[in-house]
Amino acid sequence: MQLLRAAPALTLLILLGPVAAGLMGTLAPAFGVLPALGGTTPGLAPLRTLLAWPGLTEAVGLSISTGIAATILSLGVVTLFTAGWYGTRPMRWLTRLLAPLLAIPHAAAAFGLAFLVAPSGWLARVFSPWATGWDRPPDLLIVQDPLGLTMIAGLVVKEIPFLMLMTLAALPQAHPEKRLTIARALGHGRVSGWLKAVFPAVYTQIRLPVYAVLAYSLTVVDVAIILGPNTPPPLAVQVVRWMSDPDLSMRFPASAGAMLQLVLVLGALGLWRLGEHMIARLARPWAEAGPQHLPMRGAGLALAALGAGTVLAGLGVLGLWSVAGFWPFPDALPRSTEMAGWVRHGAALGTAAWETLRIATAATGAALGMALACLEAEHRFGLTPGTRSLWVLYLPLLIPQVAFLPGLQTLALITGAPEGGMVVLGHLVFVLPYVFLTLAAPWRAWDTRHATVAAALGAGPWRVFWTVRLPMLASPVLTAGAVGLAVSVGQYLPTLLIGGGRIQTLTTEAVALASGGDRRVIGVTALAQTALAVGGFALALAIPRLMWRNRRGLRGGR
Amino acid sequence: MRLTFLIAALFALPLRADPDPTDWTAVLEDARGQTVYWHAWGGATATNDFIRWVAQQVDDRFGVRLTHVKLADTADAVSRVIAEKNAGKTDGGAVDLIWINGANFAAMKENGLLYGPWAEDLPNRRYVDITDRATTHDFTVPTEGYESPWAKAQVVFYHDTARLPAPPVSMPALLNWARQTPGRFTYPQPPDFLGTTFLKQALYELTPDPAALQSAAGENYDTATAPLWAFLDDLTPHLWRQGRAYPQTGPRQLQLMADGEIDLAISFSPGEASTAIASGQLPDTVRTFVLERGTIGNASFVAIPFNASAKAGAMVVADFLLSPMAQAHAQDPVVLGYGTVLALDKLPAPDRARFTALELGIATLPPEALGPTLPEPHPSWTTRIEQDWARRFGG
Repeated sequence: MQLLRAAPALTLLILLGPVAAGLMGTLAPAFGVLPALGGTTPGLAPLRTLLAWPGLTEAVGLSISTGIAATILSLGVVTLFTAGWYGTRPMRWLTRLLAPLLAIPHAAAAFGLAFLVAPSGWLARVFSPWATGWDRPPDLLIVQDPLGLTMIAGLVVKEIPFLMLMTLAALPQAHPEKRLTIARALGHGRVSGWLKAVFPAVYTQIRLPVYAVLAYSLTVVDVAIILGPNTPPPLAVQVVRWMSDPDLSMRFPASAGAMLQLVLVLGALGLWRLGEHMIARLARPWAEAGPQHLPMRGAGLALAALGAGTVLAGLGVLGLWSVAGFWPFPDALPRSTEMAGWVRHGAALGTAAWETLRIATAATGAALGMALACLEAEHRFGLTPGTRSLWVLYLPLLIPQVAFLPGLQTLALITGAPEGGMVVLGHLVFVLPYVFLTLAAPWRAWDTRHATVAAALGAGPWRVFWTVRLPMLASPVLTAGAVGLAVSVGQYLPTLLIGGGRIQTLTTEAVALASGGDRRVIGVTALAQTALAVGGFALALAIPRLMWRNRRGLRGGR
Repeated sequence: MRLTFLIAALFALPLRADPDPTDWTAVLEDARGQTVYWHAWGGATATNDFIRWVAQQVDDRFGVRLTHVKLADTADAVSRVIAEKNAGKTDGGAVDLIWINGANFAAMKENGLLYGPWAEDLPNRRYVDITDRATTHDFTVPTEGYESPWAKAQVVFYHDTARLPAPPVSMPALLNWARQTPGRFTYPQPPDFLGTTFLKQALYELTPDPAALQSAAGENYDTATAPLWAFLDDLTPHLWRQGRAYPQTGPRQLQLMADGEIDLAISFSPGEASTAIASGQLPDTVRTFVLERGTIGNASFVAIPFNASAKAGAMVVADFLLSPMAQAHAQDPVVLGYGTVLALDKLPAPDRARFTALELGIATLPPEALGPTLPEPHPSWTTRIEQDWARRFGG
């Protein structure tokens, strides 16, 4: 009991160190302090170097425009699709595809998309030369376009499944049937009834995940390098370029850039928050304007299907590449197939997969335990301010990893703890915020009258927790676990830098191998990474369905 | 009780001193049983296989366990060493050996992040062709025993004979060809290593006084580089995507070649085209060529960080990399196709025979056809042209 009461404080204590170290490790060099490289006196020189970079305005503009556009589009598609198709067969079909859609790593999805739409890509190959007349790829700027449109598309197709999953986990607490029945009774159409009566309740619960999508889209590096413009690139990519410049003095402006990136994300979040208020205000007359029909059902389904289809087709062509022999333009299929890529890399990836799972399970287990303890403490002891202060834990998501990690790494080195444990802690820093933001809102939205009823029937607080609340919230808990697992599996830099190369996971292997750019290798590693993360999501989606075979009222989203 | 035991055990341990490379027997003894973590780029299957082979050899011969820490970027290993120095970790570091190139070496040496000197005391050093500046100077920075060479590279270009039978062999010819067939050439975006190399290669050919590139860039910078910028201003509109986008890395450029988007590409490895043909990445109609006025050559090195845990083991690996056996294996186009850093006339006859027996790959030029090697310019030129390029073309 005492321990539970202290859970928020303990969580903060365990993670404040790493987060503060990461932040300090970014902040100090941003103001010129990094003793190992001879920086001992604080000053504004790094900031001046940053401001003198001619590409700065354009890079900042690109970060903001691509980040905000990607977030609006993915939220829009998910909302429109759920509104139009909730409880229907197409929705059930697409829900079944969620696990692989979520499990494929962002970079792999980006590679897949690039190979679909590039002038030498698969779509062009299917229609060439018979329809297009191209026997050589045309010189068209599609991938890496200056406005970042392809990059936005690459982000949107991966964020749709994430927000969809969050929506599914949140729906049971929003009681969509009841709300929709009333809206329909008042004469509203399906889409407009959903938007007016159900969406506000869902949005409150998925607000944090939406913020996470916004922060992610603003700081993303791998997708931006593959699909985004590079003359200049978005700010986060430039920070990475400076960090990896052989000229070590560039690490100072890199850190200044990372701080600017943090300010940028906070600004964008503020802007988004402002947008929420404005929409709430402006939409009120519309919501009160009486029955309406929005003819947008078709669009919702088409866009969701297009998004899912793109990712799956990308995964398909990567799978094809993983067994391809020589495959020139404009052949739609490889001339020969071979298993060489799988034979060569399969064994090494297989060994590394176990290590990956061990770390991911430890980090996710710890994160789930902490998040549940904090939320339950908040519920039982009314420790709202205690848990609210945990926003600090979201900081690691707001700063480019490459700038955040050196400080974290230095802390790990100073403590001298064994690498394995430190790597798990390093993962935890990035896993916990995702677990928390996935779980918090549905957990808080749970109707506490259930607890009252259970207590009236003689159940103590722990029995209520284990036999009523946890089972009723199984869907969000498992979803949070699956997201945590996927986040951990995807960590490259924390594993490499904190582990010092002693800890080799599927992802450290995969990222290093894929840096050679051979599509066969990228295909093999992408499928291996997807396979590892898909299990978690499949279980998170299937277990509640099995548990609630005979509890219709709990099935919510399905 | 346990504490006393622990203290006693601590005193019983010999104080770990750095190994003395001139006492090679002691180094070998020290190295036996050590695990060496070699941080090296992991993006090339051929290199990964070669390092695996080296690991097998040093284990069999010297009892040294070698682990390849595959990196996506050498800078990650540098980051690790910096963080260790920041944390005051002056021994027991995680990185024992780094595959390193010029600019990273210069920066690590300058910031006191490297152990040494040791490289000139390695037993196999006697075979190294030290008359070749590329083995003693890394981008004009004297290596002074802080790193040991293990492979030589030279700029080559490769072209698809099916689409471009007669490639341009000078920069003006390249410009002319690009004007006639726009959109079929590009280079990796500087500061990518290979992209910057293309700029330096063009600078060599176009600058009025190439010898000036061997000393630091000063007052003469504007005059020396003016023809380069004029050339690039003319060339850029005729590049792939009109120069509005560039491949981000060498491998992405190779992929463009494989996809038929471009017709010729730059490479720093004379054997790359053959290796890529063998792995199905490039069509077998690809061939290698060099520019008529010579191309830039340099060497790849290995260095040991100041706080490495297994310095003796790392030296043993570096020495094995210099052995005629390892050098001939690396030069085999089926394996790596890297040029040797050894002087063949210094080798005993049986060892020399290992090299003459090698069969070159289908697209690899024989050493005598590689033409004259130009030394790397002083690093100050690299830094300044990278900055200027970014300002003019990189946004």
